[in-house]
Amino acid sequence: MSAAPPLPRWADLFLLPVLNLLAAFFVCGLIVLAIGENPITALGVMLKGAFIFPGSLGYTLYYTTNFIFTGLAVAVAFHAMMFNIGGEGQAYVGGLGAGLVSLWLAQSMPSLIVLPLAVFGAALFGAAWGIVPGYLQAKRGSHIVITTIMFNFIAASLMVWLLAGPLIEPGQMSPQTPKFAAAGQLPSMQSMLGAVGIESANSPLNLSFLIALAALFGFWVLIWRTRLGYQIRTVGQNPEAARYAGINVPRVVIITLAISGALAGLMATNEILGVQHRVVLNFTAGYGFTGIAVALMGRNHPIGIFLASLLFGALYQGGAELDFEFQSITREMVLLIQGMIILFSGALAYMFNPPVARLLARLAARREAANV
Amino acid sequence: MSDFALQLLLTFDATLRLAAPLILCAMAGIFSERSGIIDISLEGKMLSAAFTAAAVAHLAGSPWLGVAAAIAVSVALGLVHGFACITHRGNQVVSGLAINILASGLTVTIGIALFRQGGQTPPLASDDRFRPITWWLVDGINQIPLIGTIYRELISGHNALVYVALAAVPLSAWLLYKTRFGLRLRAVGEVPEAVDSAGVSVYWLRYRAVIIAGMLCGLAGAYLSTGQGAGFVREMSAGKGYIALAAVIFGKWRPAQAFAACLMFGFLEAAAARLQGIHIPLIGEAPVQLMLALPYIMTVLLLAGFIGRANPPAAIGEPYVK
Repeated sequence: MSAAPPLPRWADLFLLPVLNLLAAFFVCGLIVLAIGENPITALGVMLKGAFIFPGSLGYTLYYTTNFIFTGLAVAVAFHAMMFNIGGEGQAYVGGLGAGLVSLWLAQSMPSLIVLPLAVFGAALFGAAWGIVPGYLQAKRGSHIVITTIMFNFIAASLMVWLLAGPLIEPGQMSPQTPKFAAAGQLPSMQSMLGAVGIESANSPLNLSFLIALAALFGFWVLIWRTRLGYQIRTVGQNPEAARYAGINVPRVVIITLAISGALAGLMATNEILGVQHRVVLNFTAGYGFTGIAVALMGRNHPIGIFLASLLFGALYQGGAELDFEFQSITREMVLLIQGMIILFSGALAYMFNPPVARLLARLAARREAANV
Repeated sequence: MSDFALQLLLTFDATLRLAAPLILCAMAGIFSERSGIIDISLEGKMLSAAFTAAAVAHLAGSPWLGVAAAIAVSVALGLVHGFACITHRGNQVVSGLAINILASGLTVTIGIALFRQGGQTPPLASDDRFRPITWWLVDGINQIPLIGTIYRELISGHNALVYVALAAVPLSAWLLYKTRFGLRLRAVGEVPEAVDSAGVSVYWLRYRAVIIAGMLCGLAGAYLSTGQGAGFVREMSAGKGYIALAAVIFGKWRPAQAFAACLMFGFLEAAAARLQGIHIPLIGEAPVQLMLALPYIMTVLLLAGFIGRANPPAAIGEPYVK
């Protein structure tokens, strides 16, 4: 097989993600057809559910917030060619960090002190849960994928033990902490907009959305405008060359995983500080894994990650609408689309690449020939 | 026989039942990973197989047809994994993850479309599932003290798939270590170039490995829904595929050692279930969550070289480019 010509940048950044997305939707459409429903109608219901119904945009952006955090977490590790599959566990433990701060301080301190500390707590605990696999990879040679998978399960056991034991709300049976006092809750977008005189529908969207947008910008600065970002990318592209250039590769790997874990941990600011206002069981609900799809589709770039997060936010919110409109298709449809997207834009990334590159090269050659 | 001994025996009995799907999946993982293909999709293949087995057994009224269909579906997913990782040289972890997520979505979506029971299959009638097999002479041997009880409780009285799981271990070991196919399979996971230059197809060997892995995961899934349970429920594989993966690593990619790891992990789960909410002298309340997390913790410690060393096949995760 002859090597395909290199793909133009615009095609790699836009054409291929769109093609992968179309392929994923196409296969899912076939499955909907096989079930005996109309895929076009289903897509319409999802779009309406995601953007048109009152308050639906708020819900979509609320999901988007989660995916920005977990998508960035996966992406920063990807830049160092590390596969952090443990966003789920890091976010879970991040929720513990945020929860502990809010539980201890919110009754006695004002929110201006509690909330920054709680957000920091989420990042810190997430980072701690990421740094251990990072250390084991860098210093002991353990495969990061396996270690982070194991850490997801260890986190799950730890949280069940804590929530059903030491941290349980006294006098309650369900495994969750007491509710945070008002100072430990992030303000909702509705109340913030209301304060400046804008009316909006009720939704779980909250201040953490702005934190997520800041994280997107911070990610761009980190990766492309700092020395550390340069080191991360160099380690990712060629660890040998990086070492030869004097970069301390194990140190960069550990720091990268710490940043990755911190970003995943920040997801808890949305779920725990913004919506639940207490630490509950399994609040991560697979968002950590969706981050992998987001990073793959978003090509590890903040703009791409934002768009992919918006897409998945819309899918999650629109998918919930499927439950009401159809008897036989439900929100699990979204998992299907998600799996297909990971398959096409991740595992089968090289399937569309060569033919598209060849086609574009041929078109370019023809255009040149016509110009001569 | 003392009460404690009987309790212990019953726990061993439960260990065997809980370890059976782990054993089948671990053998699947060994075949795949020994050929150089990382397989985190054990979980997804098992889940799809569990659904297929229960659905087909219910519709066709035969657990054997259920198993056959389960194996077919699991192998098909294995081929998707192979298509992505072997033919298209995709990232093996990403592909496995995609299959796991697809399995979560597909089983529920198709389950609701077929049965309208929120993603479950209807409970299986006893003829539609694998029933415990009572061995010969149980009544006779039962008279003998100790041996009789062990024979009755531990050896006799499991369903056919438990015995299949037990047989899979020596069979896998034989296939891997005593046949030409096994030698080549192990070689292709270490130095694929050497296998290629000997004129043996790397791709075809790896495809056969993922097909065998699919068959074994199919059996494991069928066991969950038509042997151990009586029907499919959402997410019923519940991370067992990942525990099996841990057992593969813990067993250093060798059938006998992985089998031992499965038994140990199964025993931890069985003991945790028995000790739920029980106070143990000196320790206090039984640390059930810790016991359930131990397989993962021990695997991390092993991989990090704190308790022994586990060296994966040299070419694992590397797509082969001719």
